Amino acid sequence: MRALVRNPMRAVLTILGIVIGIAAVVAIREIGEGSKEQISTQVASLGADVVNVWGASVNTTGVNSGKGGRASLYPEDAAAILRECKETVLMASPMVRAGGQVIVGNKNWSPGSMVGGNEDYPKIEGWTVVNGRSFTKEQVDNSARVCLIGMTIAKELFAGKDPVGQEIRIKDVVFTIIGVLGEKGADMGNDKDDTIIMPWTSIRTRLMGASREAAIMRGGASNATKPSATSTYSTSAVNFYAGTELQPYTSAPHPLRTRTVDNLIIKIKDKENAKPAMEQITQVLRREHNLQPGVLDDFEMFDRGQISSMVTSISDTMTTLLMAVAFISLVVGGVGIMNIMLVSVTERTREIGLRMAVGARPRDIMQQFLLESVLLCLVGGILGIILGHGASSIISAQAGWPIATSYAAMALAVSVAAFIGIVFGWYPAYKASKLDPIDALHHE
Amino acid sequence: MIQLKDITKVYHVGEIDLPVLKGISLTIEDGEFVSLTGASGSGKSTLMNLLGCLDRPSSGEYWIDGKNVANLNANQRASLRNERIGFVFQNFNLLPRTSALENVMMPAAYHHPALSQAEIRANALKLIRLVGLEDRMHHTPAQLSGGQQQRVAIARALINNPGILLADEPTGNLDSVTSVEVMNMFRDLNRDQGLTVIIVTHDPKTAAFTDRAIHMSDGLITEGVANELNASLKK
Repeated sequence: MRALVRNPMRAVLTILGIVIGIAAVVAIREIGEGSKEQISTQVASLGADVVNVWGASVNTTGVNSGKGGRASLYPEDAAAILRECKETVLMASPMVRAGGQVIVGNKNWSPGSMVGGNEDYPKIEGWTVVNGRSFTKEQVDNSARVCLIGMTIAKELFAGKDPVGQEIRIKDVVFTIIGVLGEKGADMGNDKDDTIIMPWTSIRTRLMGASREAAIMRGGASNATKPSATSTYSTSAVNFYAGTELQPYTSAPHPLRTRTVDNLIIKIKDKENAKPAMEQITQVLRREHNLQPGVLDDFEMFDRGQISSMVTSISDTMTTLLMAVAFISLVVGGVGIMNIMLVSVTERTREIGLRMAVGARPRDIMQQFLLESVLLCLVGGILGIILGHGASSIISAQAGWPIATSYAAMALAVSVAAFIGIVFGWYPAYKASKLDPIDALHHE
Repeated sequence: MIQLKDITKVYHVGEIDLPVLKGISLTIEDGEFVSLTGASGSGKSTLMNLLGCLDRPSSGEYWIDGKNVANLNANQRASLRNERIGFVFQNFNLLPRTSALENVMMPAAYHHPALSQAEIRANALKLIRLVGLEDRMHHTPAQLSGGQQQRVAIARALINNPGILLADEPTGNLDSVTSVEVMNMFRDLNRDQGLTVIIVTHDPKTAAFTDRAIHMSDGLITEGVANELNASLKK
């Protein structure tokens, strides 16, 4: 061990490879963990406890429609889930989407999203209403012409004025703004505040021409393609929870998607584990849809936690890749240690001979050299941890990346360093222990 | 007591057998002061390696204190060397950049059962004083003269209280004045401490310090008593 102190410069150069390798491992690990934590908090703000149900994909002559291809979800499904999954489900809402231009005075705007849900929908998505109020169950039942607008739209169309109580024209239909949604900011490049939310019934009855269902409708129901003044105000004729007795478009062939909704959105109780809730929802939906055992689900379900685990797994893959590179540098460092230990054994052959002559057993010599190499690596490991932690702290301060100090990574780094010391120190130590004392003593 | 019976040593160089020791029988009593002389190639180095249990004979018996040590394995021989034999070398073989005191302490690290570091240090200090280097004990070998280095080596040989001191050309690298000092030190150790001292040398002047000279030539002993020579030198 004293030999290390006797030649400090060489010891430092020897462990440089280990220092750099361990520093890389620690820094990568800390930055990787940090970004993982950031991703999971971001995804949690999306709502990790939210489950989306879509119609299953449809394969038509080999062309797959993707999710939502099959029109299999009904507003009654949401009610049934809410009724029968009380233990696992907090809120459920049907969801429909629309698109189109919105006009206020001489300004117009195309919102990023126009979504309809029931009275719980804004809460499920984690929206707050900062100005005004949200819509009520009565307004949903009556497909009231009311809407909530996001911050971006409030800024674009009202520029500082209070939008609550103002009228807004969406696809020639006049809606009253009853509330402004609290700011959510952007996520993954989408401005979440560029949105309009209204009762899903209002979209279904008043903005049919605005959504893709219009294409299906266009064939016979000309009145729905461009809502006329009369159809716009004919709320009394609409009954959304009725079955076949409903005849709103008698002259048309039965419109395929008027009764279905785009998807269901469900808030579950258990944030950590969506599995039990999803199983229960599956059961209820299968029963509601009269699916026999063995028949595939006509819907698909995604919990947003899956997005989180997907993004996390991408970042994990990156971290693993970088770790592999760092480990390669550790191996290179280990070879450096082995090289220097071999030189050291040759250089100190006389010393080894002397130690053997005065009574060191081969195993004592082996121990001494192994200990030296492990000690070298451990010192390298500790320096590496300091360097790596310092580097990641500087990166985090300069680039604003989040880091998570990982004691597990440090412990791992130290044990890896010790392991390298043993693996790469073993051969030189073995060689030293096999020296013949007489030859070693006369080594020049 | 050291007893050798019909010791032979044969080296195998390729296909050829090279007998170096051809049947050596020898007895050295406890407390003897012996020199082993002979020209180079006479086999005295080989015999010294066998005496020091650094090597094993090809045949024959070797007894130290009534124990046959000819067939011990490497670990057993290491322990025996550690406990029973002190080595002094021609080129001192001190650890570089290590203080005299620490050099003296070194063999104790391999002693079983191990003594505490404090006890080892106390013993080493005693020995450093015995060889008269107490004012130099923190010097490294590079800061010591040849004679001082050899005295450190002698102190080191004594740290584990061996019964036998085996010196290989201990004066080979020293000038004549220092050689006399070192040889006197061996004699004092032999007289005062009752150590068995075996000096391997090719130099008759060095051999003259000893009580008994064992002369070797061509792998055999031609035993002689150095007393007459010794007496004549002293006059």
